[in-house]
Amino acid sequence: MEIKIALAGNPNCGKTTLFNELTGSTQYVGNWPGVTVEKKDGRLKGHKDVIIQDLPGIYSLSPYTLEEKVSRRYLVQDRPDVILNIIDGTNIERNLYLTTQLIEVGIPVVVAINMMDLVRKNKDQIDFEKLSKELGAPIYQISALKGEGCIEAAEAAMEVALAHKRGHAEVEEHPHVFMGSVEHSLAHIEESIAGMVPDESLRWYAIKVFERDKEILDELKLPADLAKHLDEHVQDCEREMDDDAESIITNQRYEYITRIVDLSVVKNAPKHSLTLSDRIDQVVTNRILALPIFVAIMTLMYYISVTTIGGWATDWVNDVFFGEIVTDAATGFMESIAAPDWLSGLVVDGIIGGVGTVLGFVPQILLIFFFMSLLEDSGYMARVAFIMDRIFRRFGLSGKSFIPILIGTGCGVPAVMAARTIESPRDRRMTIMLSTFIPCSAKTVIIGMITAIFFPDSVFMAPAMYFLGIAVIVLSGIAFKKTSFFAGEPAPFVMELPAYHIPALKGVLIHMWERARGFIIKAGTIIFTVCVIIWFLQTFNFSLEVVEDVENSMLAYFGNMFAWIFAPIGLGDWKNTVAVISAFMAKEQAIGTLAVLQGVADPDNDVAVMAGISAMFTPIAAFSYMILNLFDPPCLVAMATIYREMDSKKWAYLAIGYQIFLGYAMAFVCYNLGSWAFYGAAFGITQIISCVLIALALYFICRPAAPYEKETLASHQA
Amino acid sequence: MTLKEVPIGGICNVLRLNGSGAVKRRIMDMGITKGVEIKVVKIAPLGDPLEVNVRGYDLSLRMDEADKIDVELA
Repeated sequence: MEIKIALAGNPNCGKTTLFNELTGSTQYVGNWPGVTVEKKDGRLKGHKDVIIQDLPGIYSLSPYTLEEKVSRRYLVQDRPDVILNIIDGTNIERNLYLTTQLIEVGIPVVVAINMMDLVRKNKDQIDFEKLSKELGAPIYQISALKGEGCIEAAEAAMEVALAHKRGHAEVEEHPHVFMGSVEHSLAHIEESIAGMVPDESLRWYAIKVFERDKEILDELKLPADLAKHLDEHVQDCEREMDDDAESIITNQRYEYITRIVDLSVVKNAPKHSLTLSDRIDQVVTNRILALPIFVAIMTLMYYISVTTIGGWATDWVNDVFFGEIVTDAATGFMESIAAPDWLSGLVVDGIIGGVGTVLGFVPQILLIFFFMSLLEDSGYMARVAFIMDRIFRRFGLSGKSFIPILIGTGCGVPAVMAARTIESPRDRRMTIMLSTFIPCSAKTVIIGMITAIFFPDSVFMAPAMYFLGIAVIVLSGIAFKKTSFFAGEPAPFVMELPAYHIPALKGVLIHMWERARGFIIKAGTIIFTVCVIIWFLQTFNFSLEVVEDVENSMLAYFGNMFAWIFAPIGLGDWKNTVAVISAFMAKEQAIGTLAVLQGVADPDNDVAVMAGISAMFTPIAAFSYMILNLFDPPCLVAMATIYREMDSKKWAYLAIGYQIFLGYAMAFVCYNLGSWAFYGAAFGITQIISCVLIALALYFICRPAAPYEKETLASHQA
Repeated sequence: MTLKEVPIGGICNVLRLNGSGAVKRRIMDMGITKGVEIKVVKIAPLGDPLEVNVRGYDLSLRMDEADKIDVELA
């Protein structure tokens, strides 16, 4: 008999560690249907027919956040056989708030109190028997980090589920959470809606009707007169208690929890006393030290994963592994089977060259995600948001947007993925749209090359491009916030600052791998295809003959076909056009393609490449090429990632469309006004359009914000 | 007075929560309900948000949100 166990609990309660402990290597990670909320399941070790479903970490089953909605829909509609509710033993009071709601759903609940090692260390006393009796649910003590009691708790949940399935479980009475007229109203609602909802979930639905939960009311479609009658009861209660229905329920829930916690838990440390975490925070989020410490940690992370170890590893993978070992092996193999030149060209230049370049980023991405997971699991990430929130709220983002933008300096792909940690859909979308504007490591190469060739005397060019990237993020944020897409009150920033934990290495590694895997799969599919196509187009003419001169290739033909698009930004030559298009696929190609098209035999010979490139552009066209590449979408992988993370066609097109438009418009303005100001071009129609574009940008930045409704349900719906 | 006005290190009791909808629900879900005791731990380096200790754990919320919480000093 197959059994489904749902793991539910607050964020930071050790749920992921427990999940890893219970399922080992059988995890399957995906998304919940229709939303970018991670969905994980796996099979219980030693029980092939027991599926463990990891729910998102949540504090409540309210209808306001995506995670909560996903969880309650799963619980109420898919009905797992049992809920294993994990509770942080060091913070029982708030954790029980979710427990009381889970019990109401009507699925048997088994409670596992986690972090018992810390509870014992703190010398807190918990009367498990009393607590279990009050809640009407069995309680097990575990320590997920140490692996104590985990399997036992899961097996107990399994037994409970089996007993229920066979129909000989004792029917537990619901705990007496609500009092007085609230209980009276609830009983009345239960009576009225009985038969319309599954019997075991009657209490859940009654409470939701009382709370006027929109999602549930829409689902039930109560007859109008009944709905009105029930609402009158609720209004009576509201008048009596002088509060709204939702708040009345929340208040009574916490009052009930306070009562049972007072009966069963004795904390050793006095109220509001300083914990170890508080002491760490006295330094880490200290008024003076917070920012320097933050900068130091970020620099170190960046230094290790991009500049040093990650950079070395990437160079090694690119130059030695793919550049020599794999290439030599493939070339040797091709020779040994006497393959035609075009085939070995396809494999060695097209596939290994192209996919190799992208896979070269894997070490950096693994390291960045390793540190990200480390920061997240230790609890520092929440502090980052705490420290940076003030700055980012100014332009419509939250403190959590900083991390993706920072990672964007390494690579836009993990940057976009890192936006997952932002709960508010609005903030997340904006962060995804903006974080790739910061120059990534591939764009840095373009800046370096163009500066070295055309503006060798300018020491400020490279830093200026970084500041320009930051300015574009900030100004776009300000402008976006004023559009109806993003208008609204800032999302609430009510965030737990979890106690610091030493992260479990296994969890960090699993986390890192889950995220990096997506990148590798993309590289193996999309990039592979693009490389083959580009190689094909530049190798053959339309009669499918191998061309000697690339000018006769299909690529040149298509380049000429699209050259008019780029003529207004000074890149009207077909080679420039091809370079722009191939850089659009991957910024790593921006310089390489130029080199190949110039017929530079050895692309690693910087001097030859530079000479070739300097012949292709005027300085202002080179500047335009650089600006276009800095602000149009970074690469195909990033666009595919944006598409996946937005999880909405509309938003993905909007994001990518905005980036293409902005890149082109900025290049247009720079090229045309630059030609006029510095190179004696006449002030003509393109210069006028440039001025109009600048005026438009200023208008969008400075105009008053679009009107918006006050924070409502709708603004939280994804 | 509101939670926003409580000095650092001050301990207060919640009298009432103003506002409505998602933000209010979120604040209450996190344990800030009528009668609960809150200690203001610190203010972030740039002046916002605020860190408080409530029901045995640390919570951060913005000044705007703290301003919706009526309290009296304990």
